[in-house]
Amino acid sequence: MTNALATYALQISSLEKTYKGGFQALKGIDLSVKQGDFFALLGPNGAGKSTTIGVITSLVNKTQGQVKVYGYDIDTDLEKAKSFIGLVPQEFNFNQFEPLMNILVNQAGYYGVDKKTAIARAEKYLKQLELWDKRNMPARTLSGGMKRRLMIARALMHEPQMLILDEPTAGVDIEIRRGMWDFLQTLNAQGITIILTTHYLEEAETLCRNIAIIDDGKIVENTSMKALLSKLDIETFVLDLAPFANEITLHDIGYRIIDDHTLEIDVQKTQNLNAVFEQLSAQGVEVLSMRNKSNRLEALFVNLISNKEPAKDANNKSEQEAK
Amino acid sequence: MNNAIALKSILTKEIQRFTRIWVQTLVPPAITISLYFVIFGSLIGSRIGEMGGFDYMSFIVPGLIMMSVITNSYSNVASSFFSAKWQRNVEEMLVAPVPNWVIVAGYVGGGMARGILVGLIVTLVSLLFVDIQIHNIWVIIATVSLTSATFALGGLINAIFAGSFDDISIIPTFILTPLTYLGGVFYSISLLPDFWQGVSQLNPIVYMVNAFRYGFLGVSDVSITTAFAVIGFFIITLFTIAMTLISKGIGLRS
Repeated sequence: MTNALATYALQISSLEKTYKGGFQALKGIDLSVKQGDFFALLGPNGAGKSTTIGVITSLVNKTQGQVKVYGYDIDTDLEKAKSFIGLVPQEFNFNQFEPLMNILVNQAGYYGVDKKTAIARAEKYLKQLELWDKRNMPARTLSGGMKRRLMIARALMHEPQMLILDEPTAGVDIEIRRGMWDFLQTLNAQGITIILTTHYLEEAETLCRNIAIIDDGKIVENTSMKALLSKLDIETFVLDLAPFANEITLHDIGYRIIDDHTLEIDVQKTQNLNAVFEQLSAQGVEVLSMRNKSNRLEALFVNLISNKEPAKDANNKSEQEAK
Repeated sequence: MNNAIALKSILTKEIQRFTRIWVQTLVPPAITISLYFVIFGSLIGSRIGEMGGFDYMSFIVPGLIMMSVITNSYSNVASSFFSAKWQRNVEEMLVAPVPNWVIVAGYVGGGMARGILVGLIVTLVSLLFVDIQIHNIWVIIATVSLTSATFALGGLINAIFAGSFDDISIIPTFILTPLTYLGGVFYSISLLPDFWQGVSQLNPIVYMVNAFRYGFLGVSDVSITTAFAVIGFFIITLFTIAMTLISKGIGLRS
């Protein structure tokens, strides 16, 4: 079930939301997400991310503006628009006393999926998300990570075209988080549009192709992840070294000695790594391996929501920290 | 979108809920009603003599069944819908393309199922104490169905407005119980002075209990046509209110 005329999975224009009491959570948001995209919606706590998701999924009544899901306006075709969306909310919102199988089959039923199909899908997703053994257990007996995976399975029961995940890996250990990333990437590869909010910026950087940053109810950045990261003209690398005795000194480059076998270097776009290796080699330091430090997006994010120039500030920061 | 499947899903979920906790939902009414039969029927009733042309035990049976139906239909929806709000699993339905009337019908259907099932259990218990006669089975079925629907709708509206678990016990305690006890369950309103008979006619439960009693015994303090008109009026009014509240997202959407 798709709308062939719609290029965009989601189109939001001039969206405003003022809560009772006068708090204006959204101050005129414009946002578009293309079909098949893996899109990150980032922002600090209270920026308006969950309110935006609430409006899209009809859990929050908007004050003004327009929202279209696969071309269907939520004001005029709400039920049609809803059928395209699968929601994984931030808070656990299933009946804690119900067995997993019942939760999934009932959820499918709300979308008009017959019981036989729903049971087959529940089995498929419970197995994929490693919850099959728990299928007859009440949801309250699951661990936090399992509950998050249950909500992903529930959101997929009607096979939506667009999956919205509001901080799906919050409080989940790294192994399960990476398993969830693989699962989401597989879904995206199958053509499902994914919109993700997260506090783990590494997660957004790893998974998402496009990004919007929201702050104080306004979009402060909306671009591709590549374009955003290119705004940084400095990149940090972590070098694993063979244990060394003498003190390392590098000229014309920011660096930090983390411990007796780890060195961090800040390389600007105008510099190349050969000069670093030559200096290390001249001092008898052996480089065993090298990797990117995954903090690039974090540096940009902090600067964007502080209304600072990202690249310039990132440079200043590394200069201040450099020995 | 297949609304029949969505309706069946809500209904199934609701029935699974109250049958899963049957010790809390189905057993207490049977015990309570047994006590009513023992105390009001056997012990006190034998000294009261006849009422409405029947022995007291036979007279109160329809009222006691109806009292159980009213209480359970109301409390099932009030507690279930409020729990769904409190645990936020009501959002499962709100984000899905389920029309509002299906949500209302599903919850009301669940309340009716519990009310009628409890009514059947109480009827079976009453057979231990008295022989039940049936005057008009269709009046019995229609009255019990419509009454349980009325109070299930009432419970839904209560749950929509409720902000805490205390809020879903206020109306049953301060409004529903007094109206039920004064609704002709234990006495014929013809025994009251004229003024109080007039006041009693403002109590909708009087019409429900009397229509139900008519189905069993063939006697009623009010006209059956008027009784069904009153029940119909309340169903339409409460359904309209429930639909309006859910459409506006009162207590559900921010």
